Amino acid sequence: MKVVVCVKQIPDPATPYTLEEGTNWLVRPSEQVLDDTDRYGVEMGLQLAQANDGTVTLVSMGPAGNNQGVRQALAMGADKAILIDDSDLRGSDALTTARVLAAAIKEEGFDLVIAGTESTDGYSGVVPQMISELLDSPALTYATKVEIGDGKVKIHRQTVAGYDEVEASLPAVVSVTAGVVEPRYPTFKGIMDAKKKPVENKTLADLGVEADASQKVKEINDAPSRTGGQKIEDEGEAYQAIVSLLEERKVI
Amino acid sequence: MASIWVFVQEDSGAPSSLGLELLTKARSLGDVTAVYLGAGGDSQFATLGEYGATNVLHASAGDALPSAPVAAALAEKASSDQPDLILFGQAYTDRDVAGRLAARMGVGVLSNASDVRLVDGGVETDHEIFGGTQIAVASASGSPSIVLARPKSFAAEPSGGNAPAVATLELSDAGSSAARVVESHVEEREGPQLGDAAVVVSGGRGLGSPEAYELVEKLGKQLGAATGATRAIVDAGWVPYAKQVGQTGKTVKPDVYIAAGISGAMQHLVGMKDSKTIIAINKDPDAPIFSVADLGIVGDVHNVLPKLIEALENR
Repeated sequence: MKVVVCVKQIPDPATPYTLEEGTNWLVRPSEQVLDDTDRYGVEMGLQLAQANDGTVTLVSMGPAGNNQGVRQALAMGADKAILIDDSDLRGSDALTTARVLAAAIKEEGFDLVIAGTESTDGYSGVVPQMISELLDSPALTYATKVEIGDGKVKIHRQTVAGYDEVEASLPAVVSVTAGVVEPRYPTFKGIMDAKKKPVENKTLADLGVEADASQKVKEINDAPSRTGGQKIEDEGEAYQAIVSLLEERKVI
Repeated sequence: MASIWVFVQEDSGAPSSLGLELLTKARSLGDVTAVYLGAGGDSQFATLGEYGATNVLHASAGDALPSAPVAAALAEKASSDQPDLILFGQAYTDRDVAGRLAARMGVGVLSNASDVRLVDGGVETDHEIFGGTQIAVASASGSPSIVLARPKSFAAEPSGGNAPAVATLELSDAGSSAARVVESHVEEREGPQLGDAAVVVSGGRGLGSPEAYELVEKLGKQLGAATGATRAIVDAGWVPYAKQVGQTGKTVKPDVYIAAGISGAMQHLVGMKDSKTIIAINKDPDAPIFSVADLGIVGDVHNVLPKLIEALENR
């Protein structure tokens, strides 16, 4: 079984994000990290591939930099990676991203595509669904549990009220929530092996996809800001200030 | 007059509150058609009319997962009717339908919008970035414009509109894209719900352990509040995703929001900073949460919360 997992390299969320002047694009340092939410998809892919005699291919779009983020996912155990890095893709919107990823996935071939529900830096939250449409496949989204069997995929799909059991025939696209599985930490051997695993670089021309710049960030304005109020150091009695405020607001 | 389509999903037998928010916004932009997904009926359609829909396109997906068949039918209908804007909410099925529809029609999607305006040749949207400290103004060309707006961006208000004209949006089998809902499970929901509670108590990493979330629950019970959580402790598996407040979780605007052991990561602030009153308890005096808190207690939640709970119990 061929499992393809979409992953994204993002600027370390622990560092403040900045925007490039003029374009308002996110500044991407050469050292980026694997988006934390992708670790769940990679783990899910590895477990399903192992149980179904399959392989895991990573597909990623964006500036490669030193490729540390992709190496992190390879170190978890994925077999290889396809990376689409093209300067024409800077400032791409969700649809262009989906077109690029879908083209690479189609070329690679797949039984199951796994993605996170949204990236931590862009969070448009529609890329997996767009990929599924472009691949003429079902999109089983917001999965909290994934099972494969008899040529079908069955998931628990998160809903407002609880969850739905949803099933479809393979090939299919699944988006997973954090918590679908517990991601493994790469072992030392995994990290060493990752350095030798194949990373295939592709451009837009290789995939026959055109970048589309129909969306623009026109300007950035300061939001009306909220200012902090009273701050009290707790020396054992600070809870009383909370009680007073709750009384004042008529909550109690 | 501009033609605006609004995606409204049925929730517990009635149009969802998110859908009513979007209809309220849409009627200020043009003539509104509600794309209604659910069993439907005269009273549901009347509600859509009261909030501004003059037309309803009614779709019922049966046991099919709606995204693929609804997107296919909408794409076809939109190609002939040419609406200027199709407005969705940032919600599960909305995202699924909008994503597939956009890919099918070859147009982009503007996600996470907090406001939307019609401009020459397309739309302009506002997006809160960097924890809501800044607003990015984005624009998109292409027709139709497809926008996903964050819940609670607009207040739902009835306009007193008449019953709308209802037409059926016929759905076809989605073929290779089809998926089936085998069974729906409703999880037991106790007490006030996050989205509409007047008081919300949330916990974060500062609680130190999953067991300490009990303090949040106890305080919540005393105040008749809904309980929430940060993404950090949801990802860590301490509490279910349904409790997540923030960019990738729920947006809340209660009268009082109590943040216990929450540092105030951008992703969390976006989901709660518009609460009327914010109370924060955190050990780190420099935690960003204090910059939005009306009352900040610099202290350990393990000391402050038990005393607060006790004081409330003794009242």
